[in-house]
Amino acid sequence: MGSSAATAPDKVNLAIEARGLIKRFDGFTAVDGVDLSVPEGAIYGILGPNGAGKTTTLRMLLGIIDPDEGVRRVLGHDRPHEVAHTIGYLPEERGLYPSMKAYEAIAFMGALRGLPLAEGRRRGKELLEAHGLGYAIDRQIRQLSKGMAQQVQLLGTLVHEPRLVVFDEPFSGLDALNQGKLERMIRGLAEKGTTVIFSTHVIAHAERLCDEVAIIAGGKVPFAGPVDVARDRIRPQVRLETRAQDGPWRAALPAEARHEGSFWYFSLPGSGIEPLLRALIEGEAGVLSLSIERAGLHDAFVAIAGEAAARALEASPDEETAR
Amino acid sequence: MSVQPRSGRLSTMAAALVIARRDFTAILFSRSFFFFLLGPLFPMLVGGLAGGIGQRVQEKAVRPELGIAMAPADLAAMTAAYERLAPQLGLLPVVVKVAEVEPGQAFDARAALSDKRLNLAAVVTGTLDQPVLTGSQDLIERWQGPVGLVAAEARQSAPSTFPKVTLAPITSQTTADQTRSRLVTAQLGQTVLFLLTMLLAGMVLSNLVEEKGNKIIEVLAAAIPMDAVFLGKLFAMLAVSWVGITVWGMMGTAVWLVSGHSLQDYPAPAVGWTAFLGLGVLYFSMGYLLLGSLFLAIGSMASTVREVQTLSMPVTMLQLLNFFFASYAMAQPGSVVELAAATIPFSSPFTMLARAAQDPRLWPHALALAWQVVCVALCVRAGANLFRKRVMKSGPARGTGKGGLLKRAFAR
Repeated sequence: MGSSAATAPDKVNLAIEARGLIKRFDGFTAVDGVDLSVPEGAIYGILGPNGAGKTTTLRMLLGIIDPDEGVRRVLGHDRPHEVAHTIGYLPEERGLYPSMKAYEAIAFMGALRGLPLAEGRRRGKELLEAHGLGYAIDRQIRQLSKGMAQQVQLLGTLVHEPRLVVFDEPFSGLDALNQGKLERMIRGLAEKGTTVIFSTHVIAHAERLCDEVAIIAGGKVPFAGPVDVARDRIRPQVRLETRAQDGPWRAALPAEARHEGSFWYFSLPGSGIEPLLRALIEGEAGVLSLSIERAGLHDAFVAIAGEAAARALEASPDEETAR
Repeated sequence: MSVQPRSGRLSTMAAALVIARRDFTAILFSRSFFFFLLGPLFPMLVGGLAGGIGQRVQEKAVRPELGIAMAPADLAAMTAAYERLAPQLGLLPVVVKVAEVEPGQAFDARAALSDKRLNLAAVVTGTLDQPVLTGSQDLIERWQGPVGLVAAEARQSAPSTFPKVTLAPITSQTTADQTRSRLVTAQLGQTVLFLLTMLLAGMVLSNLVEEKGNKIIEVLAAAIPMDAVFLGKLFAMLAVSWVGITVWGMMGTAVWLVSGHSLQDYPAPAVGWTAFLGLGVLYFSMGYLLLGSLFLAIGSMASTVREVQTLSMPVTMLQLLNFFFASYAMAQPGSVVELAAATIPFSSPFTMLARAAQDPRLWPHALALAWQVVCVALCVRAGANLFRKRVMKSGPARGTGKGGLLKRAFAR
């Protein structure tokens, strides 16, 4: 994970600040009051199930579409296109001109962000060489494999050395090796001070990379903040193994404790582990093993997103079904 | 990697040029562009050949022949008289001997006129004293005089000499001639402008389908304003059109000059040929950008080439109406109708080009061009907004079934 980011938005420079973003399409509310604060230099994950509103949120942040309500500030500007030359964006649906050569495609993407074409061509060749794609420099995009074309587009996203990089589902379509490569690249960008935002529905990437996350579900953000805080939303999980199967000590177990095989599983009670330990010892349960594990981001995500989805379904069943 | 030079913020125009350069080079160096250039040359070639052949056929067919079927002496006298008078009368038909008819022998003039082997328009029979002219009513009425004169000359009852008439041709046209001929130039200019605009602006319809198909549109939309994307595409297609027009124009001009024509053969427009051609270039550009921006906006709503094809018909019909309106207005210079046609953006270029042929003043063109630039900007802005609001949606596609395009365009 990257370095811990500050949590108080008013004390740090924010790369992105959004308040109350709402977007409706044909009466369907795709994004419903999203608030985000992304500190500069952070790796920020936007997590959510499919159709949660991640892409629409990113599109609003980048100025591709305008919100119906709410405000956004990107690198200090209300109009994202004013700072487009300092932003890199890799959309979920990848695409390049098939007839372009690889280095020209990178140069073109740089030119769109204000990088002179000649410089873009030079950098494009350098980047391709540096990432082991030197043999593809003069090949047309249509001659490359899907994975290679994706890498070319990724390099095109970075060719103008942006201050803020936004990736929409960057890991989809990549094999395990290239996923690892991309994770290293994201860390490298953060080390150089670049703010990286990426959306994903694969939580493991976010857990490994992100300083902070926002969980989007049903167009809303039920949680936004540091990963640790998200994990702390779920109480640690206790796994207990005893020699005795029954006894008065069982009364000390939480009501939701479930027994699977020789183990008991339950969330750590609010009173802590000490009263339980005392009861186990006094009740001669014969403790064989006891582990307390902090909740993972995946568990936190499932709990938070699940609760949000349930609330949304309760509030507006038709819209949630449509989503 | 070198950190210099760094990227800088692009203006809308600079961003449009990035798009235009990419599109222009991509189209220019594509294989299909060669066929695009060749496309109009085939009809021109076929048209030229057909025209040449047709002209020969027509020359042969329309050159009226007057057949003579008389007694041998009368026939010889008529022919000789014709030879003598032809240089002075000029408009006489070609005279051909059809038959020598012995006195008392009947000759069927109607049968001779129906004979497919002959090319007779009328036949003279009878005698020098009583010639009979057989043919269609209007023709024999016109030829009655010349035939009578030739017969009189043949029997030597015509004056032995004719007074010499001195010719005094005029070089300048009468006002009526000038008005009529400039109207012809105006019509020609309008028609050429319409054909070129329709032929070339239609290409824009499918322009954004490629981007949507390649999923590039989101990369473009994130980097630069959609206005710049639209403008860039329009500029690129305009430049491609100019390449095409230049190539076709050069080839057409070469053929035209080789065949012995020059601009002097045609009625000069009121503003002069140089200004007229210059205005033609400007009005084509404006007409193209106006229609192109409309096509681009509508075409951008389409998801498939089939939808684009479906769209092209009503748009073409609407533009045809604009052309007819401009043509109607052309015949009423200075009227409210002409003012309306010059103000409505999509008929304005046609109307104003026609005006250039008829009216020597140049300031209305400056005004019209400025107005057309404003309309192009508005159309581009409206199209880009529509595209951003209606097309750049994520998630499952909605409204792609029957009437999906209209739903996408107008749904709130």
